[in-house]
Amino acid sequence: MASKPFLSIERLTQRFPDGQGGDLTVFEDATFGIEKGEFVCILGHSGCGKSTIMNILAGLADPTSGVVKMDGFEVSGPSLDRGVVFQNYSLLPWLSTLKNVSFGVAARYPDWPKAKVLEHSRQFLAKVGLEGDVIQRKPSQLSGGMRQRVSIARAFANHPKLLLLDEPFGALDALTRGTIQDELLKIWGGTEQTVFMITHDIDEAILLADRILLMTNGPHARVEESVEITIPRPRSRTEIVDHPNYYAIRNHLVHFLGHRSQKLSGTASDGQAQSPSPVRIDKTGTPGDDDGARLRAVNL
Amino acid sequence: MAGVPLSVNKRAAILSIVMLVAGLLIWEAAIPAQQAAGELTEYERLTGGGAPKAGVPPPSEVIAKAWEELSNPFYVNGPNDKGIGIQIGHSIYRVLTGYALAALVAIPFGFLIGMSAVAYKAFNPFIQVLRPISPLAWMPLALFIIQDSDASAIFVIFICSIWPMLLNTAFGVAGVRQDWVNVARTHELGHLKTAFMVILPAAAPTIVTGMRISIGIAWLVIVAAEMLVGGTGIGYYVWNEWNNLDLTSVIFSILMIGIVGMILDAAFAALQRGVAYAE
Repeated sequence: MASKPFLSIERLTQRFPDGQGGDLTVFEDATFGIEKGEFVCILGHSGCGKSTIMNILAGLADPTSGVVKMDGFEVSGPSLDRGVVFQNYSLLPWLSTLKNVSFGVAARYPDWPKAKVLEHSRQFLAKVGLEGDVIQRKPSQLSGGMRQRVSIARAFANHPKLLLLDEPFGALDALTRGTIQDELLKIWGGTEQTVFMITHDIDEAILLADRILLMTNGPHARVEESVEITIPRPRSRTEIVDHPNYYAIRNHLVHFLGHRSQKLSGTASDGQAQSPSPVRIDKTGTPGDDDGARLRAVNL
Repeated sequence: MAGVPLSVNKRAAILSIVMLVAGLLIWEAAIPAQQAAGELTEYERLTGGGAPKAGVPPPSEVIAKAWEELSNPFYVNGPNDKGIGIQIGHSIYRVLTGYALAALVAIPFGFLIGMSAVAYKAFNPFIQVLRPISPLAWMPLALFIIQDSDASAIFVIFICSIWPMLLNTAFGVAGVRQDWVNVARTHELGHLKTAFMVILPAAAPTIVTGMRISIGIAWLVIVAAEMLVGGTGIGYYVWNEWNNLDLTSVIFSILMIGIVGMILDAAFAALQRGVAYAE
């Protein structure tokens, strides 16, 4: 084995009481890693435990067993090192847009003078296209898309070691979603930011991710596969659809979510660490490579 | 009759004035002119009964009385004859003192029991028993323990203002959205910072609603409390004028109680608007 990844999730297990005296196992022994600077999306049906994994990574929930290690240290409790963008934006409605960002910056850099905190906050709001009078408005006076931009600016302005995005575009209409995806790519492109993102949207995942983790349905959900997105960056939504790998990857994901996530679900772990099998689909190189990978995955 | 129709506010104002004038006119007309009584009995002559029988005064008299009192509100002619401004001043002082003490106890304490489900459940039975007690029922106990009528009145205000503030604070704090608490947690805000930066502003509308209910109750209760403890205050004034059979002053002071109560409520309504936020 090579050295441990930057973020290492080891034998993570979550059980909840099922209300009838027993336990409901959401997932068990889930084991995977994320490299520094990597953009990883996790795809799966509702109820498979994606959000639970996210909350554990954020430190907002504790797993039944297993550990999360970042940079070799075990994660416990929430931290400014792990920034979170929530699906419902989670802006504080009594603060202006600017203050919603600057209170986070002030918490991250308590030594900075106020002017520097505000300047830094303005700079990151500008990166998501919010400038001028808009930043003095309250969140209730902003559209859903603008609110999520503020939330993204707040997260990036804090330079967290790991950025967690919990279905950030789930509540937005398709057009707004596209614009903000582009903005997310732009702001992410200039950093070495490690990102872990939950999504329901296959096209979104392909556009954004270096790697997509696929989860089977719960209970006893597993992180079944880790699909590499073999489309070079920078990507744009209009160009990636013409890339030869795009539909191959997309079809693989659709088949997984459509059939296999159901078929593979419900089996208890055998007490071993459950790691996803890597899948690489590449139509640009020698044909057959990807078929092998796919077959291997299917046979598991 | 063309032209721009009047705004809702203007039409309402005109209607209000019409109702006021009509009401005053009906009141004035309903009071029969005082007639000199016919032959006086001996008893009536002995008791000065030649004066007209005390009746409900017409509004014109009340307005004249109001003008007289309000043009010199702070006079002092001995312990039983002080200006309306002094009486209201005493009442406001008692209300605000008792109310401020209640806020100092209720808001921090409500914060604590709002944060802890155990504390909430543990204190709830006591609160539920103490809350419905008429504040005046505390008066004998307060007088006996405190041995001071002024302080007892303040205590009664304290005990009646504490419950709405306490319950609303606890309710508001307990109901702060978990998302906002999570924002505080992921930004590593300490307990004190979380309390002041997130929970207090989030719960502020509920807390101020409780404060507004409390000030209303305190102003209701002070009149009754002052009737009991006597000495000074608007409640005492009402009762004193009743003993003097001066109904004009009674009606005038009733109106003053209403106006001061309205001003207190308006102040808290403004505070409520100040802390309100739209989600």
